[in-house]
Amino acid sequence: MSMLNSFVGWVDERFPLTKVWNEHLAQYYAPKNFNFWYYFGSLAILMLVNQIVTGIWLTMNYKPDAETAFASVEYIMRDVDWGWLLRYLHSTGASFFFIVVYLHMFRGLLYGSFQKPRELLWILGMFIYLALMAEAFMGYLLPWGQMSYWGAQVIISLFGAVPVVGEDIALWIRGDYVISDATLNRFFAFHVIALPLVLVMLVFVHIVALHEVGSNNPDGVEIKKGPKGNRWADDKPADGIPFHPYYSVKDIVGVVVFLAVFSLVVFFLPEFGGWFLEPDNFIPADPLKTPEHIVPLWYFTPFYAILRAVPDKFLGVVAMFAAIAVLFVLPWLDRSGVKSIRYKGLIFKVALAIFVVSFVMLGFFGTQPATPTFTMFARIFTVLYFLFFLLMPIYSKMDKTKPVPERVSK
Amino acid sequence: MKKLIFGLLLAVVPAAGMSSSAGVHLDHVKIDLNDQASLQRGAKYFFNYCMGCHSLQYVRYHKIAEGLGLSDDQVRDNLMFRGGKMGDKATISMDPKAAAEWFGTAPPDLSLIVRAKKNGADWLYSYLRSFYLDPSRPLGVNNIVFPDVGMPHVLAPLQGWQEAEFKEETDEQGNTRKEFVGFNLVAPGSLTPAEYDTAVRDLVAFLAYAAEPVQLERQRLGIYVLLFLAVFFVIAYALKKEYWKDVH
Repeated sequence: MSMLNSFVGWVDERFPLTKVWNEHLAQYYAPKNFNFWYYFGSLAILMLVNQIVTGIWLTMNYKPDAETAFASVEYIMRDVDWGWLLRYLHSTGASFFFIVVYLHMFRGLLYGSFQKPRELLWILGMFIYLALMAEAFMGYLLPWGQMSYWGAQVIISLFGAVPVVGEDIALWIRGDYVISDATLNRFFAFHVIALPLVLVMLVFVHIVALHEVGSNNPDGVEIKKGPKGNRWADDKPADGIPFHPYYSVKDIVGVVVFLAVFSLVVFFLPEFGGWFLEPDNFIPADPLKTPEHIVPLWYFTPFYAILRAVPDKFLGVVAMFAAIAVLFVLPWLDRSGVKSIRYKGLIFKVALAIFVVSFVMLGFFGTQPATPTFTMFARIFTVLYFLFFLLMPIYSKMDKTKPVPERVSK
Repeated sequence: MKKLIFGLLLAVVPAAGMSSSAGVHLDHVKIDLNDQASLQRGAKYFFNYCMGCHSLQYVRYHKIAEGLGLSDDQVRDNLMFRGGKMGDKATISMDPKAAAEWFGTAPPDLSLIVRAKKNGADWLYSYLRSFYLDPSRPLGVNNIVFPDVGMPHVLAPLQGWQEAEFKEETDEQGNTRKEFVGFNLVAPGSLTPAEYDTAVRDLVAFLAYAAEPVQLERQRLGIYVLLFLAVFFVIAYALKKEYWKDVH
C-alpha cells in the first residue's frame, strides 16, 4: 500500500491525479435524490464508449469503397471472428445511443435542468445531439445498402432547396453529382475521425460544465444554496453525497439492467423488425433503382415528418432545422420560476404531455408514406410541436406553481 | 402526471403498430434452423433448381457444411458441381450482363434475400407458391406476390402449373379492380400441393440460414450473456444496497 501511495504522490507532484479524482468523483457532491431518469447520462457515456470501441474494430475490416463496401460488411458478418457481434453491437448501439440521449433530454425537460444556471450545460448538450445526428447520418451511408444510398441522396438533396446556392452546397457535400465513391470516402473520414473527436471533446466539456454548476435533481432544488455540512465535509451541501462510491455503485446497477435490454436486441432481434436494420439495406446500393419507400432510421423520423408536413420544400427544410434550433433557446423560453415538474402547474404538465405525444407521433408518421390523412396529422403535430416552445414564455408565466421545498425530498 | 403521460403514450402505441402497406397477403411459414434434414433438402433444391441463375456470393461452402451437418466430402460430391475448395464462395458462372438481356434484369444474388424483405421468409415462401399461367407475359407466367416478375416458374416440374382466379370489383368511384381469389392447379407436377409446400419451406429455411449463418450461435450465446447479467445484477444490487444503507 505504501508503494502505491508513494507512486500516487510521485504522480501528484507532476499531474493533478488526486485532485481530479476528488473534484470529479470522490468529492463531487451530487444530490441524494436522483431517480430513474438520472441513469441515462452515464448510459450515454457507456454507449459512446461502445460505439468507439466496436467502431475501431469494425474499421479494421471495413472497406470505404463503393465497389467493396457492401461485401466487406458481409465479410465482417460471416468471416471475421466475432465480426457479427461487433457489427450488431455497433448497429444496435447507434439506436440505443439515441434512445438513451432522448430520455436524457426528456429528463432535462421534466426537471428543468436547462434553467439558470445550467443554460450553457444544456446548449453544450444540444451540440452533442447535433454532432450525434451528423455522426449517425454519415455512419448509415457506410454499409452501402439501398437505404444507405437513397437516404443520403434524399437528405443531401434537401440542401438543394436553399435558394441560389443550394445546388452548389449539395454538390460540395457529395463531391459528385450523385452519391458516389467520393461521398462514401468523405463520410467515412467524418464518421471515424472528425465527428468522434468532436463528440468526445463536447462530452468532456459537457461534464466539466456539469461539475461546475452541479447536478440538478428531481426536486429542482439547488443543493448548493441549501444548508451546508454533511458526513464528509462541513462546507459541502447537506443534501449532497459523494458521486463515488454512491452513484458509481448505483450506476452499475443501471448499466446491468440496460445491458440486459441491449443484449436482448443484439442477440435475439438485431434488426428489431426493420427499425434498427432496414430490409432494403440488405440490398447493395443501386443508383439506378429507387426503393419504393425511402425512410431515414427512426431517430430522424420526427424531423423528417416535419420536413414533409410543410408544402414548400425550402420552408420544409427551414422548419426541420428550426425544430432542432428551437431547443437551443429553451432556457430563455421557460419563464416559470420553478424547475421541476413536481412543483409546476397543470398547464406545463399538459403542454409537456402534448409535446411528447406530438414528438412520438411525428416519429411514426415520418416512417409512413405521405398519404393525405397522414400528412394532415403530421401537420397538426408539427404545429403542436412548435407551439410547445413558442407559447412557453406565455404559459409558463401563467402556470400556477407550487411552493418549492428548501431541501430535497426523500 | 406520469400516469397521464404514459396513458397517452399507451393510447398512441397501438396506432404505431398499424401496417401501412396495402401489399398482398403473405402466408406464414414456420422454419426451423435446427432441423438439418430440412436445411439439407432445401440446399438440394437450391443447388438443383436455383443456382443456374442465382449465386450465393457471400456464402462459403464450408459454412454450408457446418450449418447443414454435412461432411466436406458430402458437400463436394453433392453441391459443388464445378469442383473448387471448401472455402470458396457459392458463385455462378452466368454473366450478369447477358442475363440482364435474357430476363430483362440480372437474377439477384440470394445470399441475403430473406433479410432483404420485410418478413422475408414469409415473402419468399408465398412468392415461390404464387406463379400462375399468364399468356400476356413473355415467359407465359406471372406472380401474385411479385407482379410482372422476370423469372420463369423454375419449380413448375415440382409444383405443376396453376391458374389464378380473379373477380372484378367495382369501388365507390366506379373503378374496376381485379381482386385475386385463389389458384387452380391445371397440370400437376411431380409433388402433391402439400409436398410442394414442404419443399418450398425447406428451400426458404436453407436461404434463411444462408442469410445469416451465425444466427443459432448468436441466440445460444445470448442466453449465456443474459444469465451472466442476471447474476451480475444480484451482486451489483446487493453492493448498491450495502453502500446506500446510510443515506437518507
